[in-house]
This record gives sequence, C-alpha cells and structure tokens, in this order.
Amino acid sequence: MAGNPAEKWQGGLLGWVDARFPLSQMWNEHLAQYYAPKNFNFWYFFGSLALLVLVIQIVSGIFLTMFYKPDAELAFASVEYIMRDVEWGWLIRYMHSTGASMFFVVVYLHMFRALLYGSYKKPRELIWIFGVLIYLVLMAEAFAGYLLPWGQMSYWGAQVIVNLFQTIPYIGPDLVTWIRGDFLLSDATLTRFFALHVIALPLVLILLVAAHIIALHEVGSNNPDGVEIKKNKDENGIPKDGIPFHPYYTVKDIVGVSVFLMVFAVIMFFFPMGGGLFLKPDNMIPADPLVTPELIPPVWYFTSMYSVLRSVPDPFLGVVAMGLAVVMLFFIPWLDRNPVLSMRYRSFAAKFNLAAFVVAFVILGWLGLQQATTMISEMSFRWSLVYFAFFFLLWFLSRERSAAVSLILFAVVVGIYTLYDITRFDPSDASLIMWSWLIPTVHLFVCMVVPVFARGLGRDRAVPERVTS
Amino acid sequence: MKTFIATTVMALAALFTVPAASAASYSGDLQKANVDVTNQASLQRGARLYMNYCMACHSTQYMRYNRVGRDIGLTEEQVTENFIFITDEDGDLVNPGSLMKNAMSDSYADEAFGVTPPDLTLATRIHGEDWVYTFLKSFYIDEDRPLGANNTVFSNVGMPHVLWELQGWQELVEDDDGNERLELVRNGSMSQSEYDRAVRDLVTYLSYMGEPMQLDRQRIGLYVLIFLAVFTVLAYFLKKEYWKDVH
Amino acid sequence: MANQGVNRGRRRFLVAATTVVGGAGVAAVATPFLASLQPSARAQAAGAPVEFDVTEVEPGQRVSIEWRGQPIWIVRRTDEMLDGLSQVTDRLRDPDSENEAQQPEYAQNEHRSIKPEILVLIGICTHLGCSPSFRPEIGDPGMGSDWQGGWLCGCHGSRFDMAGRVYRNMPAVDNLEVPPHHYITDNLLLVGEDEDGGAV
Repeated sequence: MAGNPAEKWQGGLLGWVDARFPLSQMWNEHLAQYYAPKNFNFWYFFGSLALLVLVIQIVSGIFLTMFYKPDAELAFASVEYIMRDVEWGWLIRYMHSTGASMFFVVVYLHMFRALLYGSYKKPRELIWIFGVLIYLVLMAEAFAGYLLPWGQMSYWGAQVIVNLFQTIPYIGPDLVTWIRGDFLLSDATLTRFFALHVIALPLVLILLVAAHIIALHEVGSNNPDGVEIKKNKDENGIPKDGIPFHPYYTVKDIVGVSVFLMVFAVIMFFFPMGGGLFLKPDNMIPADPLVTPELIPPVWYFTSMYSVLRSVPDPFLGVVAMGLAVVMLFFIPWLDRNPVLSMRYRSFAAKFNLAAFVVAFVILGWLGLQQATTMISEMSFRWSLVYFAFFFLLWFLSRERSAAVSLILFAVVVGIYTLYDITRFDPSDASLIMWSWLIPTVHLFVCMVVPVFARGLGRDRAVPERVTS
Repeated sequence: MKTFIATTVMALAALFTVPAASAASYSGDLQKANVDVTNQASLQRGARLYMNYCMACHSTQYMRYNRVGRDIGLTEEQVTENFIFITDEDGDLVNPGSLMKNAMSDSYADEAFGVTPPDLTLATRIHGEDWVYTFLKSFYIDEDRPLGANNTVFSNVGMPHVLWELQGWQELVEDDDGNERLELVRNGSMSQSEYDRAVRDLVTYLSYMGEPMQLDRQRIGLYVLIFLAVFTVLAYFLKKEYWKDVH
Repeated sequence: MANQGVNRGRRRFLVAATTVVGGAGVAAVATPFLASLQPSARAQAAGAPVEFDVTEVEPGQRVSIEWRGQPIWIVRRTDEMLDGLSQVTDRLRDPDSENEAQQPEYAQNEHRSIKPEILVLIGICTHLGCSPSFRPEIGDPGMGSDWQGGWLCGCHGSRFDMAGRVYRNMPAVDNLEVPPHHYITDNLLLVGEDEDGGAV
C-alpha cells in the first residue's frame, strides 16, 4: 500500500515528505503493518509503559534542570525552591521522583515477562542483551540522580556505593579518588554526576531503547505461547495469528497506560514518599560529611543486588558477587538451551525454578533494607544462593537429565556450600545455619532430584502449532 | 489474572506500610499528634507560638513569610506586624516576600548550645509528626545537663526546655514496676490539656511547613483520578470496539 | 481480519471521544509545566514594590533606584523644566500620552505624573532597551539651542523630553514607561503598586 503511487499523489504533503524521508514506511513497518501476535496478555503492557515512563522522566527532568542548581552549597536549597517557590514545581519534582521508582517497577515486570515466556531465546538474544544494557544504564542513571538533592541519604548512599570500588585490589583507592574528583565526596562529584545524569546517560539510554525496539521489530514479538507466528502465514504473507500493532495494540495499550497512570497518580499525589521507600526522610536533612546516618539502605530498586553484596564476608568478593548477579543476566540466552519458550509448556521443575528466583529477588530486596544482623546476613547468603542457583538450573533444565547426572550434580552443588558451611561453622549460630541450609537445598532438590522420581514433573509439554487465545 | 491483580494490590499496600525510619534513635512509643492541617485556627495559633518561642533559634529558611500568611489566612499586614522581627542591612524590617531566616549566627549558637539549632522547615518530614509532638512534651529536669533539662525522646538534647513557662517542669520518676515516666512537679501557665493543644498546634504548623502544598496535592490528585477513571472507561470501550475484528 | 458487521458510527464516536478527552488530559498536564516557567515566588519577592522618600531629590536632580532589576528614575522638575514641556509638544510623537500602555491612568496628563514636579519613569529606552542618559540643561550645546531638557539614548540616538515623551522621527516610537506607583504619605513614594494595590 505504501508503494502505491496513486496514494502518494493524494497525500500531497505526506507524499512530498515520503519522497525525502521514509515517514509512511516507518509508520507502516513499526505500527500499521507491524504484525504482533494476537494473544498478548497482561504482561505485554510493560514494554510500552517503560517507554511512557522514559518520556515522563525526560520531560519532567528537563523542567527540573531549569530550576535545580548543581552546586554543593545550593543544591539542597534549590530542591526546596522547586518544591515551594516555583509554581507547580512540587508536581514536577514528585512526578520525577515517583517516575524513578515506577521505571524500575515497570522494567522489573517487563524482565519477568521475558523470563516467563522465553523472550530471550533464539532469535531474540540481542533484544535481551540490549534490554539488560538498558537496565544497567538505568541503574547508573538512577544512582547519579539520587545524589543530586544533596541530602544525607544522597550523600551517604553515594559514599557507600562509590567506596565499593575501593575494594578492588591495587587500583581501588586511586580509582575512588578519580571517580569523586576529590578526597571526599564533594561539589566536584556532584557536578560530574549532574552531567552524567542529565546528558550522558539519558543519551545512551535513548540509543539503547531505539536499538532494543529495532531489534524487536526485526525478528517480531514473542507471545505467551512462545509460538513463532511467522511460521504460519496466509496467502498474502501475513501471519495468520498476527494483527497490526496499530490500531489493535495501540488502543489496547491506551487502556494499560490509563490504568498505569492511575497507580502513578495515587503514589504521586497521596504517597509521594512511598512510605520512605521512594523518598527517604533522612534525605530531608542537608548533606553533612561529618554526620553519618544510622542506617544507609540503598533505594529499594538496588536492595536485591545490595543484599548479594552483603551476603559475602570478604568486601572484594562481595562486590564481585554483586557484579556477577547482574552480569549473569547477559548469559541467560545461552544458559537456557531448552527449545520450549513459554513457561506454559515447561515442566513443573522449570516453573518452580522461576518462582524461586522471583521469591529470592523479592526477599533479597527486603533484606537489603534492613540493618545487617546475624539473622539478616545469613538469610541474605541463603537467598543469594537461590538467586545464583536459578542460573545453574536454567542450564540444567535445558533438557531432561538422566538420574545419574541429576543426582551427582545435585550432590556436588549442595556439597560445595555445605563444605563452606562447615568451615564457617559457629556453635552459637548452629540452628540458624542448619535450618537456613534448607532454603537453597529445597530449591535444588525440587528442580533436580524430584524429577528423577516423578518423571512427569521434569517433563515439558508439547507446544501447539498456533497461538491459543 | 484477577488473583494476580489482587495479590499485586496487597503487595503494594504492604509496601506502603513499611514504617519510615526515624532519624533520631528512639525506640519507645510515640504519642499520636493527630494534626489537621486544614484547621486554619490551629495553624495560626501554631504559627504564633513558633514565632514567639522557636524562631529566635530555629529558622525556616526555605519558606517565605507572605506564603505562610496567605496559606494560613493572615493578611500581609498581620504577617509583617506579628511575625517579622529580622531586619535587612539598612535596619529596616525585611519585606514579607523574604525567606524566614533568623538573626542568630551559627557561631553564636554553637557557643551557647554546643550545636547549631537546625532549620525546622522540614522537621516533621524528617522525624514524623508524632516524634516532634512527643519530643516537645518530654522535657524533664536534669541538673547534670548544662541547661538543666533533658528529654526522654532525644537524650542529652542541646536544646533547653523553651516552653517551660507554658508546661511547667516535669521530673523523671520510677514507679513501683520499675517503669520510668514523667511527672509534672511544677505547674506552668497552661493546664496539661491546654499544653497538649498548644504543642499540637505547633506540630500542625510544622507539618504545614514541611509540605505547604500537601492540601493542594491531595485535592488535585482527586481530580486527576476522576479524570483518569473516565478516560479509562472510554479507552476500554474503544479497545472492545476495535477488538471485535480479532477472532 | 473480519471487517464486516463493524459499527462505523460507534467506532468513530469512540475514537473522537477518546481523542478529545485524551487531548484535554494532555493539555491539562502541559499547563503546570508551562506555568512553572513564570516568575517564581523568589522572583516575585525580588520584584516587590520599593519605597522611596522623594524629599531626598533636589529640584532639577534625578535619582535612580532599582525595582525588578530595572532603573527607576525619580526627577524633581524645576518650574523652568515644567514650562518647557508645553514648548516642545509640536515636535513630539505622542504629546498627549495617548498610548495607554506607557503609563497608568493617573499619569496620563501633561506632566505624566501624580505630582506635577515629581516624575517617575522606568529608565529603559522603548526602542531596544538601553538606558538613556540625562540631559537636563536647557539649551544644552550638544542637543541644540531649542533643547528643553530631557534624555538622549546613547545607543541609537532617541530623544525624550522632561516628561519622558519621545520626539518625532526617532528610532524609539513610544514614550518612556511610567511604572505603577503611588504616595503612601505626602512624601513617601511606593514604586511598583497602584493605590488600589494593583501592579503590572
């Protein structure tokens, strides 16, 4: 249709533009003739919602930049200036702070969707890689942005995270000084974080989002059945199970956007602090390098990774573990070799593994907000094991394993951390160590040993030819 | 699907009930302040108390006099006459659009109290209303302290009991079960319930101060939600209509 | 895709309704963002009215004060200067101050002021915003023998008389602006606010 010259003739201005810029072609390729599977469900809202939040953050951020002062002497007061003196400044600021948290909510749910329906598997590995990169840059962006209000939590949160680099052997201390641009976290740090937050990282983020979408539209969307709709085309070459993104998914996404905005509005107008999770009370105190707050938990979206960090006693190895917790995500497409995409048709063991991962992620997130007691540290360690076991089991469950392989591997993996438990055994915490040992062990047992005896629980089901609706 | 939404809602609700960590370490029970920032009379009484008893040491430097006046229902003349005590470099009273700084220098304050009295614009947002309320009711006589007073909520506080004329003096006593409690040993100009009300007014004022837009925010939020509800219904029917095509 | 049996009217109505309501929503969101660009409370406080005691100005003298970052001139004109006003009217572009935007109603008179001798002006040329220089001397040799006192803008040569009225054929086309002002007491001037509290 786009190639029809008569139609181009008619659309005078559009025709003029199309002869010079592929406007209609882009519209068609990405919306009007982009065929998406017709069986998208609830989980498929979060991609477009992430894009919406990105726009909200950029627009509100541009306006905040007009009033904010990136200067250690002025930054804190300039935020209060926005909250009080700038007309509607409070609305714009709360929009930005709520948006930051909602960005992570949406992105985490979007990532869960990919795990749920195998959207990272061939041929979508690059979409997943771009996605994880977006997640990484988003974390950096949020971290840099959190320093800008220059409150106590901004300051000490950044202090703790920047000092993580200190643990790197040999170069650590010099590296940290270089990052801060000073011998303590100071104005120099604030100014460079500001530059990163408002220019450098958003640019990278937008480029990565573009790459993510281009890659997606190259191979086409996955769906809850994990069926390749391009394999079933009609005589016109249109997938039988596909519908044009526009208008069908645009009208559907508008509903999703509207409901999402209601949640957003409830937080922004009624709970802007999010009970201390989104904005922390201590951040209402101007930064003071001489007074450390009693408890410095990171913002909620970092706490899962932070728990992994705290679960390892050695500081450097803790940093490595935390890095690994993120880096492992990149390898998922190659760890999981199972040809079945969607969890719908995966075995009970595979479903249990994903569920355990989600539970571990949430519990680690909660643990990261708490003061590190023996109990909290022990739990962090055990749930970190579950977190990492997920990746191992993704590989393990790629195909049905023989009884011998299953049992030997189970014994080896459990043996490794049991051995570690023996070396660190402390009689005063005996019962804690023993019962918490069960947490990762049950996870591994259900996914590796149970299918040996109940074969049905380890077996994937047949995937239908066409999508089910 | 429905169960999923229900679980999500419950999870979110649980999220918001996480208690906010308080800056000062006080593990005891706090008394409920029960403030009502819509109550202008209370705000005005609170503002007056603040100006007379607190402002000399504690600035509220992110706020402007005329904004406070407008929001709590006072005219600019009333604000100038009752609230403005500080002067500019020419010796004239500052104009009502000025920020509410105070005249005390940090170095003087440091010498007198050992610490610089903090700015209180955001006091209730940092500590919570109940904390401030309980704190102001928990001063007691302690001869070991340089200014003769201590506080059960904030031990070894540098601040003297500024409101003693109103409240009187309390002593920390131990009852038969070994529990410590405060007992009024010398009456002030106010009865206990009058003092409670005065402190409540003060906290109400500070709560307003912490987030002067809080009433606007909730009012506008309601309109936004009503609008979005209408829009959601329309969008839903639009989606239904188009999806009739899809089989 | 089965398009038969589609109720086009209903579809069109729903598209229109969603677009209109959604558009209204977008406009409503845009409003606070645009409003945030207006002068903030800080700018307004800095732009608050300023008081001035006019007894400080000697006859024939001009004093410059600041209001909203602009120079405000207060001139106590001598009788000679006031007489000069009527002598130049035929050479002025708007001798009767008919352009209402350039002065409040109470300054729309021959001397463009509340009290005849006290002139209050915003000292910014109406051409491109330079601040003209004061040339009070009658018959100033640099300005010509018929000069009755006034201002010369150094940037582009616009000339104004002792009431801030612009001469004909000058780059500037409007008279110098008179700010809102009033007298609190006989000699205490408040610049930036009309008597009824109105400001610009």
